[in-house]
Amino acid sequence: MSLLALQDFSVSLAGQPVLRDIRLEVQPGELVGIIGPNGAGKTTLMRAALGLIPSEGHCSLAELDDGSRARAVAWMPQDRTVAWPISVEALVMLGRMPHRGPGLRPSPEDRTHVAEAIRRVGLQGFEHRAVTKLSSGERTRALIARALAQQTSLILADEPIAGLDPAHQISTMETFAALADDGRTVMLSIHDLGLAARHCTRLVLLGEQRVVADGPPARVLSRDNLARIFNIEAYLSETEYGPVYQSLRVLGP
Amino acid sequence: MSRLLAVLLALAAALFTVSLIVGPAAIGPLASLQALFAAGDTPLSLVMQEIRLPRAILATLVGASLGLSGAALQGYLRNPLAEPGLLGISGSAALGAVIAIQTGLAATFPLGLPLSALTGAFAGVLLITLLAGRRGGTLSLILAGIAISALASAMVSLALNLSPNPFATSEIVFWMMGSLADRSMQHVWLALPFVMVGAALLLTLGRPLDAITLGEDAAETLGMRLARVRWQLIVGSALVVGASTAVAGTIGFVGLVVPHLLRPWVGAMPGRLLGASALGGAVMVLAADILVRRVLPEADLKLGVITALIGAPLFLHLIYQTRQELA
Repeated sequence: MSLLALQDFSVSLAGQPVLRDIRLEVQPGELVGIIGPNGAGKTTLMRAALGLIPSEGHCSLAELDDGSRARAVAWMPQDRTVAWPISVEALVMLGRMPHRGPGLRPSPEDRTHVAEAIRRVGLQGFEHRAVTKLSSGERTRALIARALAQQTSLILADEPIAGLDPAHQISTMETFAALADDGRTVMLSIHDLGLAARHCTRLVLLGEQRVVADGPPARVLSRDNLARIFNIEAYLSETEYGPVYQSLRVLGP
Repeated sequence: MSRLLAVLLALAAALFTVSLIVGPAAIGPLASLQALFAAGDTPLSLVMQEIRLPRAILATLVGASLGLSGAALQGYLRNPLAEPGLLGISGSAALGAVIAIQTGLAATFPLGLPLSALTGAFAGVLLITLLAGRRGGTLSLILAGIAISALASAMVSLALNLSPNPFATSEIVFWMMGSLADRSMQHVWLALPFVMVGAALLLTLGRPLDAITLGEDAAETLGMRLARVRWQLIVGSALVVGASTAVAGTIGFVGLVVPHLLRPWVGAMPGRLLGASALGGAVMVLAADILVRRVLPEADLKLGVITALIGAPLFLHLIYQTRQELA
């Protein structure tokens, strides 16, 4: 059975249906990009799958108790505020929480995972820096490390590259791609269709409260889907660098 | 970290001892400590056991309560400006006390006032849980607290307004300034169980509060149950703050300043701040209560006035220091 499986999955917010009869299954090694216009329910889909908001239908994660779920899936909300000036190391150590008993000092294993997570996002040397003093790119990477330290096979992230400069966007996507290559599953919502096309192994297009398309980027970003759901026309081509995508113009009013 | 706790503990113990040997009765330090443990009822041992000991114990309990509850609230609300008064608990406890003074209940038996204040605190908590509910978010908790505080203070003003005579008015005003003068062991026994249970509820919030540093959603996906955390926070704070206000009146700024002051020493981790703030609060109130008796002993300075006089400038200084981070 796959890690995350949704069936007949519906979510309403304040009485308004947002998602209806979603069917979605993700496999190990996939980097799944959730795309769709504003308000399509990208964040809602992930929060409901995590059990943060009520939903109807079947979700494989709902069968887990709080502790097992925390060891199975990590969540990176879009809000990247860290409330206190804690150190990068302490922040990443928070990810170890589901693996540690109450009041226990971090074990050598915890420390190894934390150091490994920090190395993986390239923040060596920043361990004792206060998170609040980092640039937003560095903070995003620290928060990714926090999710990595949780040692889950599934990572969900809400617009992790929003607000980053191009270099940080690319390196963040590459970090996620490397995780997927290692056999973990990463699912993230993303507005940048170019980066989505280039780095994701699979795209899920949400629109009209449903999954409109689901599959390899080139197939999901079809002329027809883009026109119908995003109301845009775009250029998409397979090149020596992989798929290259560029939004071109808005269609009609 | 454990060094910080040890330093604070030593500081609290030292101030506790100083608190025992400071007072209007001119007794040498050694003689007073001997009298404290002496059996029999010489005037000296009565002074020590019936007046100074309860005062020092209450200063410790009240200070620890305010510091702990302030640290827990700041951690949960992820806001350095949160303080125990925010939930409206001290406000409603004050209202209960004022009602006791106004109706004459306070004069009928010694625990009339603190019991009425406790009742007020519980009424306030009941209201806040009804308003902010189990699924209510942070914002509804803050708003409910503000509304309850405003209502309680309006009722206190009403009581002052309708006060039958100037004596009742000044009694209310003086009580609200907060003091530990003339308290007995009865007050200690009244407050102690509530403070113990409340402190146990708050001190076990360390893990969830650490997780909430990342926001409520992330904390929940780390395995924390936020509804339970919120319940524990509200009930725990109500117990410690309600009991403290009931025996000492409203004492401001301790719950705000102490966590703020100690935060850099615990690496800003909200969980580790809990125990440190409890000890730090005890240190601050013990020190303030010693000051009250040493500076202008004949003027009957109120404890709450001193804590605010120390706390507010300290807070201004902290804001001055950290305003770049706050910006």
